Amino acid sequence: MIIQGKTLKYGDNVDTDVIIPARYLTATDPQELAQHCLEGLDSDFPQKVSSSPILVAGRNFGCGSSREHAPLAIKASGVKAVIAASFARIFYRNALNIGLPILESEEAAEKIKEGDQLEIDLDKGEIKNLTTQETFKVEPFPPFLQEIIEQGGLMNLVKKRVVHLS
Amino acid sequence: MGKTMAEKILSKKSNTSAKAGDLVVAQVDLAMGQDGTTPLAIRSFEEMGGKGVFDPDRIILVIDHNAPSPLEMVSRLHDSMRNFSQKYGVKLFDVGCGVCHELMVAQGLVVPGDLVIGADSHTCTYGALGAFSTGVGSTELAAVMIGGKLWFKVPETIKVNLVGQLPPGVFSKDVILHLAGKLGADGATYRSLEFYGPVIDNLEVEERLTISNMAVEVGAKTGLIPPDEKTIAWVKQRSKREFEPVYADSDAHYIDTITLDCSSLSPQIALPHRVDQVSSVEEINQEIPIQEAFLGTCTNGRAKDIEVAARILTGKKIDPRVRLIVAPASREIFMQAVKAGWVEAIVEAGGTFVTPGCGPCVGTHQGVPGDGWNVISTANRNFKGRMGNNQAFIYLGSPATVAASALEGKIADPRKYLEG
Repeated sequence: MIIQGKTLKYGDNVDTDVIIPARYLTATDPQELAQHCLEGLDSDFPQKVSSSPILVAGRNFGCGSSREHAPLAIKASGVKAVIAASFARIFYRNALNIGLPILESEEAAEKIKEGDQLEIDLDKGEIKNLTTQETFKVEPFPPFLQEIIEQGGLMNLVKKRVVHLS
Repeated sequence: MGKTMAEKILSKKSNTSAKAGDLVVAQVDLAMGQDGTTPLAIRSFEEMGGKGVFDPDRIILVIDHNAPSPLEMVSRLHDSMRNFSQKYGVKLFDVGCGVCHELMVAQGLVVPGDLVIGADSHTCTYGALGAFSTGVGSTELAAVMIGGKLWFKVPETIKVNLVGQLPPGVFSKDVILHLAGKLGADGATYRSLEFYGPVIDNLEVEERLTISNMAVEVGAKTGLIPPDEKTIAWVKQRSKREFEPVYADSDAHYIDTITLDCSSLSPQIALPHRVDQVSSVEEINQEIPIQEAFLGTCTNGRAKDIEVAARILTGKKIDPRVRLIVAPASREIFMQAVKAGWVEAIVEAGGTFVTPGCGPCVGTHQGVPGDGWNVISTANRNFKGRMGNNQAFIYLGSPATVAASALEGKIADPRKYLEG
């Protein structure tokens, strides 16, 4: 799968409270969650994301609450992928489970600038910065997680198994 | 090579010989969901085609984050949990029972050696009983409710030795805040912590819960404390379940060992908006006026926490410019506080009590701060907007620090109220 687009860049420790504050967890519709995505950090995010759908951030992206609403809100707001120097572990699992592509690379997170045009090859684990002609390799997911990703998340995997068992 | 506590519990629950770095599929002993995350899990459960739960006695639902409901939409979500509980025979703790993490331990549900997941990041709290417990998302909770199993990456472990003796007026909260400042908010990401040393030995079980509770604030998957006689007696008093404590081997491999001498530790404050931006109270050289003081949460809403606040506030009045809000972590703790006279002391001093549960910690009700307010809180997070207003500033400290600050109307050192 190839993802293309311009980037928006944020710093370290983007937490799930700032991604989607708890008062909006009453919404289970991802589109409604998307309206408030990252509003505490960048009030122009909903406008910017339509032309720049790749997020680049620093360390510990998604730290804090276990709310799955956070990756859901990001995905529904139109974000195609998140690149970060590191992810908090619950966010990492949640993102995979709901099918939000995430890539961990300290080098990419540091060198890519806001507004750069990227081309991401998820299968190869490669990020090409078309603006600067740099290429970054990303550690591929272990086979077990590849399966979850290929099925489009844990939901689809379990659905298949539940159907298979019954 | 020997194994760490995390490696041992995950080995046992997956019937493998698991080492750090392995991916295992393990049988979960208990799965917990709260009202912020369970409605989404119920939706996932239905979308996955769930027809039943793997074991109704091993699933616990708690309504604590928005309790009692502040909005009609929340009431509907709560009803979806009540309906699910009835339909599948799953235990539900309703409004007023308390915070999920307090109930999981105090009601005797979790025992040493367990593997527990919860759709709440502070599920790591039960590490204080020697259980491997960790937070997951709603879809994973749904998958576990159906099948009882989940995948885990076996974490590397950092050993933390807490040596020396805590001085008067310094508490387990100060220890974990200090550690967060040293390790950083991602200092233990993907890792497990194991706590040892005389400071841990001397703490009561409920004080140890504060330490394990905040393991996730340094990114850790869980924060384990090896069960000792105190733990075993505490659990036996509350649980009928049989259990076998799990300990690390003496030749276990640790990725890092940190030793902190706590003998000269001062009360610690986490400054806005980061849990790892920590300062000792005397290093704060400017006066920080506060408008709200909050005592409660899964970190510090227990009996000892309310007792120390009552001790500081008895016969005094808080600063009239401060709103002091107390949320006991459970109904039992609330009753204990009533009987012991702590509630009277705090209310007479000008404080107020809200329903046992999460209180204003998560920013949905019961004390959302105003613009520009400074809040001193016993919670575990001070992220921007955490308490419902991103124009507010949250400082974290121990219950004693919160009570002393409410009295003085500014961030204050509690030690002068606790000497002698």
